[in-house]
Order: sequence, then C-alpha cells, then structure tokens
Amino acid sequence: MQQSDLKLDGNSIGGLLSEIFALEATAAQTTCAGCGAVNPVGQVDVYLNAPGAVVRCPGCEQVLMRIVRGGGRIWIDLTGTRCLEFRDPG
Amino acid sequence: MARAAVLGRLTWRLGKVAEIVQETPAVASLLLDVPGWPGHLAGQHVDVRLTAEDGYQAQRSYSIASAPEDGRVALTVERLADGEVSPYLVGEVRVGDEIELRGPIGGFFVWKAGDPRPLLLIAGGSGIAPLMSMLRHRKAAPAASPARLLYSSRTIEDVIYRPELERLGAGDEAIQVWQTLTREQPPGWTGYARRVDSAMLNEIAWPKERVPAVYVCGPTGFVEEAAELLVDSGYDPAWIKTERFGATGG
Repeated sequence: MQQSDLKLDGNSIGGLLSEIFALEATAAQTTCAGCGAVNPVGQVDVYLNAPGAVVRCPGCEQVLMRIVRGGGRIWIDLTGTRCLEFRDPG
Repeated sequence: MARAAVLGRLTWRLGKVAEIVQETPAVASLLLDVPGWPGHLAGQHVDVRLTAEDGYQAQRSYSIASAPEDGRVALTVERLADGEVSPYLVGEVRVGDEIELRGPIGGFFVWKAGDPRPLLLIAGGSGIAPLMSMLRHRKAAPAASPARLLYSSRTIEDVIYRPELERLGAGDEAIQVWQTLTREQPPGWTGYARRVDSAMLNEIAWPKERVPAVYVCGPTGFVEEAAELLVDSGYDPAWIKTERFGATGG
C-alpha cells in the first residue's frame, strides 16, 4: 500500500474539529506557515493512520496541524498554521 | 438552518434503521429515523460509532445520501472485506436496530439549491453518496440551476442508485446524467466505457464561461485526476470542491 492510498482530506476530520471549535471548521481557510498557501480546511491533506490526525498542506506538504486525543485530553499542534480564518456567522 | 454555521455541541444520538436498500452486492443504504435530527445540508456526513461488548469502539464517517427535504437520514455504505465498521453496517444490521451517530458534519463540501451557478457533479464508485444528496435536493427544487452528473463505476452491477439515476436522467431536462463503466459493459451499453478523461469532460462539463459549481467525490486518485483535468481545461480551482475517500476506510 502506498502512502497516497491513505490520504484523506479535511472533510474527514469535520467531526473531530467540531469537538474543538465552536464554528464550523471545514469551510475555514488555513494559511500554511511554510509556503503561505491558503486553502479551505476541507481541501487540505489528512492522514489518519498515525496516532491521531496529521494535516498537511497540499502545496508543500508541510504539517499544518497535529491533533491527538486520548487519556482524557485533546492535544493540538498548530505550529504549521499561520492563520485560521472562519466565516463570522454574525 | 439559518444559523447552521454555528454548531451546537455535537452529540451522539441513536438512529433506528427503518429500511435497508441493497443497492449493489457490496453496498447498502440504511434509512434511519433519528429523533431530534436538526436537519442537514446536501453533502454533509455523519460519524458512526460501534461499541463492542468489551467497550472497544470503532468510528467511521459516512456521507448522507438523502436530501435535506427527506424525512429520513440515508447512509450509503460500501462493505469493505477487512473493514471494522462497514461489514456490520452492510450485512449484519437489521431493520429496527439502533445505530449510534453524530452530525450533521461539514460546511465545505455542501451545496444549496439557491446557488445560481450550474452544477457539475463527478462521482467515482461510492463517492456518489453525497452527490446523490445534492441531486435529490436539486430534484426537490424545480427552480434551481441545471445539474449534470458524471458517474464512473467498474461494472453495471456496481452502479449505486441505478433505477433512480435512470429516472432522474430521463425525466427532467434540467438534470442530466452520464455514466461510464470502466471495466466491463453489458450488451447494448450506450454510455461511456473508459476512465474519465479530458475528451469526456469536454463533452459533459459546463463551458467555463458558465462559471459552474463543481463537486467531485470518490477514491483519492480519481478525485485528483478529475480535478486536474478540469483545471487543465480552464476551470478555476476555486470552483471545484472535492471529497476524497482513501483506499482503506472501513
């Protein structure tokens, strides 16, 4: 099996993200801290075969987010995300 | 649904299986009655959770195939031989059983009938499920923009929603359905008989001047190829929304 076979997208972690964010997150825009690419969360690459979710930029493959849950905690590393922009529902 | 962008706390709830439709040998649709269901948008999905007697839990995401207008929540599930969840949902589940789910989930891969742009849907295999929700939503809104579907399957036996797609494609000028069978075609087959390519998209896709709304769903390779072909033909990547199913799942 190739690594590409395991590639999902941000739509697949919509449920997980809704446990973390109050606003719908798959339609939010991410800015990659590495290459500056702006993509909707629903469109970025997601790998769930790690212990947790690894979210990568589809442009430069830099890790945008790492989300691990377990032991009563949810741990989020957003080092690779320069900015997350949500639509304000008003 | 006016404030659908603001989510309540996503809670697990129980849906009761009211009907099972065996779509193909490996694919079934579960029609669920879900008390307290808040409604959904076409293209959204749910998380389904199974709990074993020893407490072990397995969770998967499944697209909602029913239209927002439908009374029941339909999940279309493909049985994967080595899957943890799908072999239970396709084959073991009976009418009357209860399934634990949460949703609706997602705000990116969604379509509303009020979108004025013509709609182009491209599906590979079980990727048809969320696009079927859109097509059913489109059917329920006669004044909405015209819609075109291109659906790729391996063989005629693998075509999900076959009778309904034939009706949809035949009944309404505003909804057009094309199919391609990539591996094997039955005698008298008049559809396409190859993988999606640029010549096929040139015949089916809206001219770029129409600025269509495009949704592509299927296996990762299928989705990336179709989206690339559309961009090569002059489509703006921003028009194209994709949802990729990995080769695993389960």
